[in-house]
Amino acid sequence: MSAQAIFSVSGLTKRFAEGEAEVLVLKGIDLSMTAGEMTALLGPSGSGKSTLLTILGTLMRASGGTHEMLGVDLMQASEAQRTEFRSKHLGFVFQFHHLLSDLSALENVMMPAASAAGRETPAMRERAMELLDAVGLPDRMNYRPSAMSGGQRQRVAVARALINNPVLVLADEPTGNLDRQSADQVMDLIRSINQTMATSFLISTHDEHIAAQCSRRIELLDGRIIRS
Amino acid sequence: MNPYAVKLAIRHLLSHPGQTALLMAGVALGVSVFIFMSALIGGLATLLTLRTVGSIPHIVLEMPDRDPATLSPNAHKHVVLQKDLSRRDQIAIWQPVIPIIEQTSGVTAVSPQIRGSAFVERGQTVAPVGVIGVMPGKLSDIANIEAAIVDGSSNLPADGILIGSRLARDLGLRVGQVIRLSSDRGRTRSFRIGGIFTLGIASADRQAVYMNFTTARALYDLSTGISRIEIKVEPATDAADIAERLRRSTGLKATAWTEDNAQLFEGLDAQARTGTIIKAFSLVTIIVGIASAMLLSIVRRQSEIGIMRAMGASNGLVISIFVLEGTLIGFIGAIVGAVAAWFALLPLPPVTEVSSGGLPIDRQQGDFLLAITLTTLAATLASILPARRAARIDPVEAIGA
Repeated sequence: MSAQAIFSVSGLTKRFAEGEAEVLVLKGIDLSMTAGEMTALLGPSGSGKSTLLTILGTLMRASGGTHEMLGVDLMQASEAQRTEFRSKHLGFVFQFHHLLSDLSALENVMMPAASAAGRETPAMRERAMELLDAVGLPDRMNYRPSAMSGGQRQRVAVARALINNPVLVLADEPTGNLDRQSADQVMDLIRSINQTMATSFLISTHDEHIAAQCSRRIELLDGRIIRS
Repeated sequence: MNPYAVKLAIRHLLSHPGQTALLMAGVALGVSVFIFMSALIGGLATLLTLRTVGSIPHIVLEMPDRDPATLSPNAHKHVVLQKDLSRRDQIAIWQPVIPIIEQTSGVTAVSPQIRGSAFVERGQTVAPVGVIGVMPGKLSDIANIEAAIVDGSSNLPADGILIGSRLARDLGLRVGQVIRLSSDRGRTRSFRIGGIFTLGIASADRQAVYMNFTTARALYDLSTGISRIEIKVEPATDAADIAERLRRSTGLKATAWTEDNAQLFEGLDAQARTGTIIKAFSLVTIIVGIASAMLLSIVRRQSEIGIMRAMGASNGLVISIFVLEGTLIGFIGAIVGAVAAWFALLPLPPVTEVSSGGLPIDRQQGDFLLAITLTTLAATLASILPARRAARIDPVEAIGA
């Protein structure tokens, strides 16, 4: 792993059992990312993008290969260690916002930090307000998700991903559920955060327009990286 | 307790107020049934006990059985004991014993008595009766005869007696009439009927004849001794323990009312068991209801649980949220049910004043605290399995990533 690399995977494979047969979804992925990178992960449906993102996000274990991040061997780490690691160093943005319907925008942004600490603190509240301000929703802090538009919800989801100051945000089709205008707003926001906060983003997409806004592109086909 | 788990549990409950209120109403109903059954079973036991022990002595002290001592204790020999039944066992030295009994804790009334069998003769009709000679002022210490007088008065002059209403009816007797009474010691005297009582106990109303202590002494040839000492205690259910203490302190044979009423206790036991089963069923209903509701809630919130897990929420936090949710439903439902039961039972009369056909409910025996505690515990238990299931939700599957 190079000096600036935040994560590195090598020979990464993932098998799924389908009945008695096994399907090899990832067939030996070698990949690393440096701090501050904004990378697009492209590929058609079924190419393994989401599976790779899920493994990099420690939500699923790889079947083989190595997976290190910030000096931690995540293949060997226990589930509890992986959960703690995820909470401290990783952020997620999904195609659907997945905000908690019973919480306000501000409370949703605080949720990852409050879950880890067991309580909401004034410092968390202040940081969440800053983030909502940064994503352009200072006047929507006390709104429930049901009272916001799709684009606004996704911007809240981006703010939520940043609450713990993660090194890397994994975004799985973050604009896939938005109209073009909202998608552009979200991408502008991600780019701005990447530049101002030096947070790395790995964005899974099959939209060339999105990929064009990233500093690096990785193409995946049939479980293999074909261009990096 | 994790404050964030408490906050999320409360938010879950408030997000569907109708469903939460319905669940709590179900729990409240179960708790009301629990309390109602406790109050009814307890009240019924109190009523039966009151009615059973109200007019009888709780403890009777008599001379111990005086079997002749065997000369040889060798177990291989047959020994025949012969009792002289013609001799009347009397408590010869009884005055020093009375203060000992009165100072015994739990004892509320002491009545030294002279008892014996007799025949009442009226014309050609003869009826067997049991004579009870009571000391002045102690007529109502055991059975409340003064309150049971239906005709005449409760005064007991030397030539006066009080008889039961059934005896009066059987022999066609009225207050003021004079009857002849022959004791089993061969003494015969004439008495004027001073009063007629109805205790509601058939044997007493047909056979009991109350008379002056001194008159009875003469009728039964007891110059100094007495036949027995009857005692009332409080609470009546402690009679067996108090009887044992009196046996040790007085050396007399002490018989508690519980020994002669084993069937009553069996009946009360069976009744209590039935009540326990009904209460257990109401708790099971609460458990099933809460567990089902929690499972539904978890299915509905699957993706939210998944996102929390993905964002680093620990298993413990997820379990805490849902266990707290179930516990809050149980606790608040139990409080509501207990309060509702309290007010519902408020207008009912106390057991001592319940009329015939009325429900003998004793609110004090409603086990309110027990019902709240057990229901809250049951709700917590009911939530544990669904909560563990929530913690096992795979974030990847739940989010659909």
